Amino acid sequence: MGFLEDTWYLFLRLVRATTRMPVFLIISIVQPIIWVLLFGQLFGAVTSIPGFGATSYVQFLAPGIAIMTALFSAAYSGLGLLAEIDRGVLDRLLATPVSRGALIAGRLLHSAAQVIVQSAIILAVATLLGARPRGGAFGIAAVLLAAALLGAAFSSFSSSLALLARRQELVIAVMNFTILPMTFLSTMIMSGNLMPGWIRSASRFNPVNWAVVAARASFEGRWERLPQSIALLAVFAALGAVLATLSFRRYRRAQ
Amino acid sequence: MQAIEVNGLQKTYASGIVALAGISFSVAPGEIFALLGPNGAGKSTTVRILATLSAPTAGTAAVCGLDVVEKPREVRRRIGYIAQASGVDPTATGRENLVLQGRLFRIPTPRLRARVDELLAMFELTAAANRVAQTYSGGMKRRLDVAMGLIHQPEVLFLDEPTTGLDPTSRAVMWEEVRRLARQGLTLLLTTHYLEEADQLAQQLAIIDGGRVVAAGTPDGLKAELRGDRVSVELADRQRLAEAEALLRALAEVSHALVDGAVLYAHVASGTRAIPAVLATLEKAGLAVTQVALSRPSLDDVYLRATGHAYRQAGQGQPPPVRQGPAAPPGAPAAPGAPKSGK
Repeated sequence: MGFLEDTWYLFLRLVRATTRMPVFLIISIVQPIIWVLLFGQLFGAVTSIPGFGATSYVQFLAPGIAIMTALFSAAYSGLGLLAEIDRGVLDRLLATPVSRGALIAGRLLHSAAQVIVQSAIILAVATLLGARPRGGAFGIAAVLLAAALLGAAFSSFSSSLALLARRQELVIAVMNFTILPMTFLSTMIMSGNLMPGWIRSASRFNPVNWAVVAARASFEGRWERLPQSIALLAVFAALGAVLATLSFRRYRRAQ
Repeated sequence: MQAIEVNGLQKTYASGIVALAGISFSVAPGEIFALLGPNGAGKSTTVRILATLSAPTAGTAAVCGLDVVEKPREVRRRIGYIAQASGVDPTATGRENLVLQGRLFRIPTPRLRARVDELLAMFELTAAANRVAQTYSGGMKRRLDVAMGLIHQPEVLFLDEPTTGLDPTSRAVMWEEVRRLARQGLTLLLTTHYLEEADQLAQQLAIIDGGRVVAAGTPDGLKAELRGDRVSVELADRQRLAEAEALLRALAEVSHALVDGAVLYAHVASGTRAIPAVLATLEKAGLAVTQVALSRPSLDDVYLRATGHAYRQAGQGQPPPVRQGPAAPPGAPAAPGAPKSGK
C-alpha cells in the first residue's frame, strides 16, 4: 500500500519535471518524426527487393521506429538518477520513510509513460504519411505495451549502471555500445527475410527484436506471434526491475 | 532519555578509508549540539549514520532511543535531515517540494496544505512559493531545505553545514532560525567548520578531527579549561619561526608553543607578564618581531591545543580552511589519511 502510493507520488514528480523541459519535449517529439521521414526516404527502395515481404516501407517502419524511440529514450534514463544523486535529492528522499522500492518503481513507470507518449506520436505521424494500423485500437495498444516493456527494461539497466558505477561517462559508453548493435541485429529497419542467416539467428535472442516483432505483428493485426513476444518482453522487464532493485540495495549498503 | 546517543561509532568505507575511528557523544532533548571540525573530519559521516543513510562499521547510534540500524523506519519518522548538498528538487516549485515531502510522511491533505503555507511564511518564501527552485538564491534554497526537513514536525533536526556558502546576511537569518527552533523544543544537531558558528549557536559541542572527538563540552567550559592567554607572534623572517618556537618553549612563562602557518602561538599563564620575556628572548636571538598580539582563549585555541594545528580564518566567515600537510607545525600529530568528505 505504502509502496504503491509512494510510487505514484514519485512518478508524478518525474512527469512534472519532464513537462517543464520544453526543449526536451520538442526534441523528443520531433526526432522520431525525422526518423520516420528520413528512414522512409533513405530505405524506401528496399521494398522493391524481391522477398522483402512488405509493399509500403512506412507501414513496415512505423512500429520499428516506435520501438527504437523507446530504446533510445530509456537507455539514458540513468543519467537523470545520477543527477539526483549528485544534487542530494536522493539522500533527502532516503531520509524519509518512503518505500525504497518506490524510488525505483517510480522511475521505471516514468520511463514507460514517456515511451508510450513518444511511440503514440510516431504511430500518429506514420498514419498521416500513409501507414495503416491494421490491428486497430487493440493493435496500437499492443505496440505501446511492447514499447513500454522494452523501455522499462532498459531504464532498469541504465539505472543499475548509474547506481553501480556512479559515472555519467560509463552509463553513456555502455549504452551506446549496447543499443546500436541491438538495433541492427533486429528487424527494425530490415525485413528478416533478407537478413543473413546468422543475424536472423541472433535476432531471436535479442529483446529489441522481440519488441519489434510484437509491435509489427500488432500494427499489422497478425496476432499469432504476439503472445510469445509479449511474454518474453515481460520476463525481460521483470529481470530488469529485479536487477535495478538489487543495484539500489547495493548502492545504499555502500554508503 | 537522550535525544541522540552515539557510542564508539566507527565507519570504514569499502575503499579502506577510515572516516570515523570511534566517536561517542550524546545530545539532550531540546539542545543545540554542534559537531565542529575541518572538512573530512567525519562530521557528515556521523550525521549520515544518524539519519539512517549510512550503516556504521562498529558501535551504536540511537535517535529518540531508537537504534538507527535496528529501527531505521521509526527513526526516519522522527528526524529531519538537511544535507550539505541541497536536497531541493530544482525542477519543482518551493510549494511542490514541500508538498511531496509531506506526502511521503502521509500528512493528510488539509493539514498538509496548512502546514506548507505556515512553513512558506515562516521562511519568507511565500512570494516565491510557485517559482521553480532553480530560480532561488542560495539563501532561499537553504531556507526551503530547512522547511522541507520540518514538514512533519520532527523531534530531531540534523543540519549538515547549514551556512556553508551563504552570505553573512543569510547566515545571520539561519542562526536566528536555529535558535528559534531550539526554543520550540526541537533537538538540533548541526555540523560546522566555522568556529564562530559553533561558539554562537551551540549549547554543547564536540570538536572532531580525523574521525575522533578531540574535545567536548560547552563552548565556555572548553575555553575556561585553557586558563591563561594566548600570545601570537609574527616574525619578519618566516624561515626562522621554528627557531623562535624552540626558544619560547624553553621559557618558564610559556606553557605551550607552536607554529601554524606564518604565526607562532604561545600559551601563557599571564599575557602581561609573559610578553616582555617573549620579546626579550626573541630580540636576544636576533629575531625581528613584526607583530605581537595578546588574546583571551577562544575556541580557536581549544582547537589548536586539541589537534596541534590552528583553525585559521574559520571564525571570520571566510572560505573553509584547507588543511595542508606542510602547514602543520613540527611535532604535531601526522595528518590522518584525509577521510572522505561530504557524501
